[in-house]
Amino acid sequence: MIVARRFLVPLFGFLGLVTVLALGFRLQDPHLLPSQMLNRPLPAFNLPRLGNPSKTWSEKDLYGKVSLLNVWATWCPSCVHEHPQLMRISREQDISIFGINYNDDTVKALAWLQRYGDPFQLNIADHDGQLAIDLGVYGAPETFLLDAKGIIRYRHVGVVDEQVWADIFTPMIAELNRQDGGS
Amino acid sequence: MQTLRCLLVFVLMSGSAHAAIDAYVFPSKDLRARYYDLIEQLRCPQCLNTNLAGSDAMIAQDLRREVHRMILEGQTDAEILQFMHHRYGDFVLYKPRFNSSTWVLWLAPGMVFCVALAGCIIMVRRRQSQGSVSLSDLDRQRLDQLLRDKA
Repeated sequence: MIVARRFLVPLFGFLGLVTVLALGFRLQDPHLLPSQMLNRPLPAFNLPRLGNPSKTWSEKDLYGKVSLLNVWATWCPSCVHEHPQLMRISREQDISIFGINYNDDTVKALAWLQRYGDPFQLNIADHDGQLAIDLGVYGAPETFLLDAKGIIRYRHVGVVDEQVWADIFTPMIAELNRQDGGS
Repeated sequence: MQTLRCLLVFVLMSGSAHAAIDAYVFPSKDLRARYYDLIEQLRCPQCLNTNLAGSDAMIAQDLRREVHRMILEGQTDAEILQFMHHRYGDFVLYKPRFNSSTWVLWLAPGMVFCVALAGCIIMVRRRQSQGSVSLSDLDRQRLDQLLRDKA
């Protein structure tokens, strides 16, 4: 019996390790970085407007109401996939969507909006990725939820589809609007 | 022999190969060395296990440009690492900082070593106390007999 116990200790140790690793690998998508920007104000910026480079947008243009800030680009295949949902939000919901055209080409970007429709209230031409780096962006699409004071309340990496919108964004927006109305 | 030496040189050099071929100009060798050191120890946020030096991802190119800019502006290594950490978190540092979520990572090897050492000491002690069983006179005679026969 004593011999059996000596073999059981490493066996249970091994099973424990397998469980921890299996949970660690399955529950966490290693591609998703935890956002550093949560509950921080929007970084300051002053960048040209897409299609009107003589004028600029700054972080103050995004203040005032709960809004979405979407990082998109014409080189990003998932953005095409996400676009119909953004169009739907802009049609059916009372929320502004601001765009960051990330590391892109103005001509291509404008043609893209012409072709698929323009859900954006305004578009920031971030063609060096300056603002994107300050936001901790590392790909596209990414979507930030801003409160009325321009503080980042949520960040979604990847496509905002119908389900993400219904399950994550809708309740958070309702909560932010409630807080905003209450104060 | 010549071929072997050649091969050895190639193998040794492969470690410092850079996938990135950016034409960044530095006013001094020291600054260039710091640049390579930094992009070597910063992890590309888009990639799972590549540093900034080894990645061609768009974000890696942008971040290399930022590192270059900050070095030329006279920022210290600590300031540049802080800039990256502020935006991309622990992920971006190949050598994570010691904090509430990384202490296990830092201390685990030491703890495992201590446990193993304690286990070894206990086992050796136990074996020593078992080994000092004294032989009876009869056993001793048999042992002597056996050793003599063998010789």
